[in-house]
Amino acid sequence: MSHRLSSGGRLIDRSTSVRFTFNGTYLRGHAGDTLASALLANDRMLMGRSFKYHRPRGVVASGAEEPNALLGLGTGDRFEPNQRATVTELFEDAALSSQNHWPTLEADVGAVNAWLSRFLPAGFYYKMFMYPRPFWKHVYEPFIRRSAGLGRAPAADARDPDRYEHFYIHTDVLVVGGGVAGLAAAKAAGEAGAEVLLIEQDPHWGGRAVVDGGEIDGMAPEAWVTATLAALKAMDNVRIRTRTMGSGVYDHGYALAYERVADHVPGSEAPRHRLWRIRARRIVTATGAIERPLAFAGNDVPGVMLASAVRDYVVNYGVATGQRTVIATNNDDAYRTALALHDAGLEVPAILDARDGGGGALADAVRARGIRVLAGRGIAKVKGGKRVTGVAICRQSGEGGVLDMIPCDCVAMSGGWSPVVHLWSHAGGKLTWDATEAMFRPDGARAPRDQDGDAMVRAVGAANGHLGLAEALSDAWEGGTAVAGGGGTASEMPRAASRDEAPLAPVWMMPAAAKPALRRKAWLDFQNDVKVSDVALAAQEGFESVEHAKRYTTLGMATDQGKLSNINGLAVLSQALGEDIPQVGTTTFRPPYTPISLSAIAGEARGELFQPIRKTPLHDWHDGQGAAWEPVGHWRRPYCFPRSGETKHDAVTREITATRGGLGLLDASTLGKIIVKGPDAARFLDMLYTNMMSSLKVGACRYGLMCSENGFLMDDGVVARLSEDTFLVHTTTGGADRIHGHMEEWLQTEWWDWKVWTVNATEQYAQIAVVGPKSRAVLEKLGGMDVSAEALPFMRWSDGTLAGIPARVFRISFSGELSFEVAVPANRGRALWDMLLEAGEEFGVTPYGTEALHVMRAEKGFIMIGDETDGTVIPQDLGLDWAISKKKEDYIGKRAQARSHMASADRWKLVGLETLDGAVLPDGAYAIADGRNANGQRNTQGRVTSTYYSPTLKRGIAMGLVKDGPDRMGEEIDFTRVEDGTTGGTMRARIVSTVFFDPEGEKQNV
Amino acid sequence: MFDAMSPKTGARYEGRVTVAEAGLSGMITLRGALDTIAQPVADATGLEVPDTLGIVEEGGRALAWMSPDEMMLFCAYEDAADLAARLAEATADEHALVVDMSDARAIFVLTGAETSLRETLAKLTPADVRPEAFPAGMVRRSRLAQAAAAFWIANDGTLRVMCFRSVADYVFALLSHAAHPEGAVDHF
Repeated sequence: MSHRLSSGGRLIDRSTSVRFTFNGTYLRGHAGDTLASALLANDRMLMGRSFKYHRPRGVVASGAEEPNALLGLGTGDRFEPNQRATVTELFEDAALSSQNHWPTLEADVGAVNAWLSRFLPAGFYYKMFMYPRPFWKHVYEPFIRRSAGLGRAPAADARDPDRYEHFYIHTDVLVVGGGVAGLAAAKAAGEAGAEVLLIEQDPHWGGRAVVDGGEIDGMAPEAWVTATLAALKAMDNVRIRTRTMGSGVYDHGYALAYERVADHVPGSEAPRHRLWRIRARRIVTATGAIERPLAFAGNDVPGVMLASAVRDYVVNYGVATGQRTVIATNNDDAYRTALALHDAGLEVPAILDARDGGGGALADAVRARGIRVLAGRGIAKVKGGKRVTGVAICRQSGEGGVLDMIPCDCVAMSGGWSPVVHLWSHAGGKLTWDATEAMFRPDGARAPRDQDGDAMVRAVGAANGHLGLAEALSDAWEGGTAVAGGGGTASEMPRAASRDEAPLAPVWMMPAAAKPALRRKAWLDFQNDVKVSDVALAAQEGFESVEHAKRYTTLGMATDQGKLSNINGLAVLSQALGEDIPQVGTTTFRPPYTPISLSAIAGEARGELFQPIRKTPLHDWHDGQGAAWEPVGHWRRPYCFPRSGETKHDAVTREITATRGGLGLLDASTLGKIIVKGPDAARFLDMLYTNMMSSLKVGACRYGLMCSENGFLMDDGVVARLSEDTFLVHTTTGGADRIHGHMEEWLQTEWWDWKVWTVNATEQYAQIAVVGPKSRAVLEKLGGMDVSAEALPFMRWSDGTLAGIPARVFRISFSGELSFEVAVPANRGRALWDMLLEAGEEFGVTPYGTEALHVMRAEKGFIMIGDETDGTVIPQDLGLDWAISKKKEDYIGKRAQARSHMASADRWKLVGLETLDGAVLPDGAYAIADGRNANGQRNTQGRVTSTYYSPTLKRGIAMGLVKDGPDRMGEEIDFTRVEDGTTGGTMRARIVSTVFFDPEGEKQNV
Repeated sequence: MFDAMSPKTGARYEGRVTVAEAGLSGMITLRGALDTIAQPVADATGLEVPDTLGIVEEGGRALAWMSPDEMMLFCAYEDAADLAARLAEATADEHALVVDMSDARAIFVLTGAETSLRETLAKLTPADVRPEAFPAGMVRRSRLAQAAAAFWIANDGTLRVMCFRSVADYVFALLSHAAHPEGAVDHF
């Protein structure tokens, strides 16, 4: 059984007691514990269930590579699934829950027994769920959805209460990994003069060396780490940070790091996670190496662990993962575990060394302590269900014939080490196969390169394949110096004894000639339940590419992304294919290195900061009136202003009636306003608009259309000529930035020699449309400007002062009413608005929103960009030929509009539509035609582009594009109708003029 | 100007740094070849044309480099209209555009330790804000999270942040979030 030792544990504070719960049971740990070490100290070997077979799962590792010990952490708003127990720090009142079982962790009815698992082999889902097809939706999909996912999703109404943020920094050198290699590299780079950021994913420095021992510069590694940290902290150009994981490396020296600022202090006001967005000139990956499991039958039973993890728990946390530990290895490093266990007074009944020759100096040291070492031996099978009870021993070279049984409660396995090459690989670094160490290591000649073609990432230490202390340190020192530019360092390279270990023997299956019954129980991917037999089956069925085999078997597709299973899996695949491992290659390493929270990615962007909402100078007034909002671009505009008891429809009707009958006010501040000035300004606008702008008189306004170079209508608005060489261009609300960019692009890239300046003055002005028969009266009441029909006729503008506020008044109308648009400095917009409301009271002044605006323009047959246009419509489709100059030699889009399809008589054209019974046509409805097309669908002959209830006409009105529409006035056609989400019958409408109201324009010309 | 209201009148947040709206400010956009508009601007204001990315301050006015053919002149709000008219007249013979844009933007003033000011910015902008890359007297036009913004450290050691008025609420909330009292990174 696992338990806390009476002494030891370099990371824990035994004077503290930290209370937590696991599946509701109160347990205790110490400050400095991880969730995993705290659970093990309480003899909780069983921590969860596997994904596919619901097999019992215990912790297998001690770091970020852990595939099994995934827990639900927290409750309510702070509940999170899939938290890795090995890297999550214990805190007071932590609430832990195990995953993927029902009803309990101990008794899971979903567990698939060994017999049944034979019928769930690789590719089971692909084979099983193909037929019969009618089962897809109602049988298979619910089944797959129910079994998908490992942890439980947080409750639908849960809301993350914590804060998150990003942090952008620039530095010369980023060093990822705070083991002795990373420390040495950072020190070398810092001494050579570079600005350095050193990050470490754990809360502690020193990596493996502080556990594994040895001597650096005559000191124990722990003392060397302390001394080096002090030296780093003393350097102004070096910054160091724990709990910060190098998450991804991208082009141009961009890297992401994930800082867990306050995970260990829940409820803190500090940001919980901080995402570092780093621009580094050079990146050093000192990310160490991960130990590989061995594939033998029963290697997934709780109590079977990585050899390095077993000694980590003893040395770091004072936790014994078992009383009697059998060690199985193919290399010398695992002997360190025997020494650590022996030092802690724990039993090691035997070391099974798969190598016929046994180990080197470390093995001698172990033997000297009287520990039994069996060379050429392996594990035939692990005994036990929810925890290890013993191992059956066999010859490694054989088929698994049992030679002996050893009772034990823990198995420590080591299949060799794999450098952590993830960050190296993210931005294109290539790997090379090292046959001696049986591992992929970074190929320094094929490093990720920067914009200058120079190597931008350098792997050092164990991450670069240097597993010995001396070798790792010298590699790191050299790397740190090199990335800093090769300058001199004040101190000497750290010294340690060279590695003295016997070579490892690759072991991809234990025993080598294991029979199928054993291969079916030898796990490669513990989380996703992929076994040696599954990979072999995938190869047999033709999934020969490693990427295909991965997806077919789901090997490496779990939340740990195959950190333990990758190399073992592809070695098994290469054996099955009869190819060498380098020929098979690896799957692609993609960021993030380990899962990072979505909240960290979102950063501050939530709640009111989710997205910028653009607000007009009158926004607060609208808000105070309880406006119903409509998003237009990033703006919020009032859709209407419902009064108490009114529906939105009621409000729109009231607003229109009041405006047409008296006085309405519209906040038109969002309208784009671009100033265009220069000797070539008129010529420039002639190219931008389809109609002539150069002939516009100073003081006058003209409506114009803007097309893309493909001829499609993209914006419209009123242009005012301010002076001989200055124009004010109004764009649509959503078009202001886009059209300003469009102007600058043409000016900067095509007509760079034209003398034109533009300024986007959209936000300089509050613009208020004063609309209705009483609009002139209210402006006259404010006083200061002559707005009479004679002084300010239709389509003219005038500068002056209204009620003491400098104003520019445009006599333009989008409603068909007598109408003025008044632009004033934005900071004084609210003052004008308030005065208009006060002065307009006697005229029944009524603020209206965008819907009333839309309905009134539709009553007049005015088009709306985005309704009548959708990027495929040209002005000619809309009957706007009058706004297309025939005199101009050119304008943007002219040539495109001459293309055969654009000039075709078959294009649908804009008409008015009125239903026979006065009902409102559905928006977007299609007009159906006789017959069916090649796909068996009904033929169509048009569609609705705008449709409203007109309070003025007291009936539905609509506009639409109809084939030969303008030639079919009075004809009746049928439109599809939608009821309860499905099509239901048709509605008949008559083709009429687009102008429904006041066709002579008598109301606006007064 | 009794009725003029700046976009976030009176807004103030006190965290690791203090964020406050500057109130009404005069802002005049000048477009033109910088050497052709330099003399008229110097005559009217006494300010020299700043270097690339630079801002010069004198006597309550400042002139900022915005692009190779754009500058912004800061002055008192009530002076802006007249000053803009004078500059327009003075540059009438040149190909230049002078626009009073005093109402289009909001300016926030951030005060506090310089390291904290830089840290507040670094939480929001990808621009390099290390002291050597972003010294006092330099203007950066970049973004703060999702909004365009310009920022500079003024002669008095305050950090000025300028954004469009429509997103003043958003930018004020952003700066407040970044200046949270418990948000120290202690990086700079």
